[in-house]
Amino acid sequence: MATEPAPLEKTAAAAVDPLHTGVEPLVRFDKVVKRYGDHVVLDELDFSVRRGEHVTLIGPSGSGKTTILRLLMTLEKVSDGVIWVDGSPLSHVRGPDGSLKPAGEKELRRSRKKIGMVFQQFNLFPNMKVLQNITEAPVNVLGMDKDEAESRARELLDLVGLSGKVDAHPSQLSGGQQQRVAIARALAMRPEILLLDEVTSALDPELVAGVLDLLSDIARTTDITMLCVTHEMNFARDVSETVLMFDAGRVVESGSPEKIFTDPEHERTREFLNAVL
Amino acid sequence: MNRTFDWDAAGDALPLLLEGFRVTLLATVLGTLVAAVLGLAVAVAGRAPSRFVTVPVKAVTEFVRATPLLVQLVGAAALFTSVEPLTIGIVVLGIHYAAYTSEVYRAGIDGVPKGQWEACRALSMSPRRTWQAVILPQAVRNVLPALGNYAISMFKETPFLAVITVHEMVFEARAYGADHFAYTEAFTLAGLVFLVASYPTSLLMRKLEKRLGH
Repeated sequence: MATEPAPLEKTAAAAVDPLHTGVEPLVRFDKVVKRYGDHVVLDELDFSVRRGEHVTLIGPSGSGKTTILRLLMTLEKVSDGVIWVDGSPLSHVRGPDGSLKPAGEKELRRSRKKIGMVFQQFNLFPNMKVLQNITEAPVNVLGMDKDEAESRARELLDLVGLSGKVDAHPSQLSGGQQQRVAIARALAMRPEILLLDEVTSALDPELVAGVLDLLSDIARTTDITMLCVTHEMNFARDVSETVLMFDAGRVVESGSPEKIFTDPEHERTREFLNAVL
Repeated sequence: MNRTFDWDAAGDALPLLLEGFRVTLLATVLGTLVAAVLGLAVAVAGRAPSRFVTVPVKAVTEFVRATPLLVQLVGAAALFTSVEPLTIGIVVLGIHYAAYTSEVYRAGIDGVPKGQWEACRALSMSPRRTWQAVILPQAVRNVLPALGNYAISMFKETPFLAVITVHEMVFEARAYGADHFAYTEAFTLAGLVFLVASYPTSLLMRKLEKRLGH
């Protein structure tokens, strides 16, 4: 599904890669600011994610972690700065003179196709059966053949361990099952980037492990780039290569899970980990 | 004058009244259809991003809601003299009630959780498909009982159509009353027919409400 970016875009992207790292990150936040009125949620945030990387965002509530995912999903607009995805500006289009202008709904829809999201509250469509929840977007957005979409949906339901629930309605499923369907629904769009927004926070404790195991499997067996906001530190340790610690709209510290969890440099990280572990 | 209820006159009036009742039903069913479709269109248009759409839509609905149905009927009949009175009646009833059903739909649309819109966006669904496949099916389900109640209420307001010479039931009752000087019988019977028709319908609506979990 991934279309190769045009060479021209590559060059242009390289021009805005001041570090000349050579490897273009898949996601790059460039001085991203998000304000709600006077309240600054993200304060000139810079960070990048490599293709295939699994990144966990941790930090106290209100530190802007979820906002990052919502900006990437284009559910919110940046107040300032640019988010780059695969060398193209996510929420902007380049004008004929090379300047960046805010993107319209059509451009946004195009950029969204690469990105999938799983929500804390599942957000399945209650008026559709499980199967249709999964096939709806592949058929109507990607233009996939209905039979093909259905057989793929069945495979995905098999993967998430719910092959028996094809004809169930979401309301007949437990929270954990609903979240598995939501994961299958996101995967059905073959996203390059999967955003996981506190996907186990709304689940009963005994259902958490199953969903986390599933996500670990997906992280291990696919090359999907993942950004997770989570309070499950074990998950962060097992699944991600990189942990970003946020506080007050900035990255306080980043590094491998071993580094962050065993030898954090920043006082704020230590305080936070002491409180949650 | 001391008259008793004349059962013979009542029996005599019944066929005429039932004839009128057919027109009453027709006006109600078609008027409800117009109100249901137009109200939905108004509710969706009211959420359009452009003010060039929302402001006129709001102005027209406010105007319709601020003026009496009777005045609208007489006004429309005076303006469109070449159009069948029944057609005018159905359209005016439909437009009048659309101003109210649009509010019902609006509440139903607002009642669909924000997460549903976000899930659609996360799946790159088009605005059109979002409305069609996700938002409206949930919104309409939520407001079905309220829409039913407006249909019953419209049913009971169809006698206004008599003013623009639509031969609905009350028009026929008045005609029979005038011809046979039996207003009491004709109007009592018309009232009973309304009761017999609307009470079971409202019971049905209550049952539907319960089934939909309200």
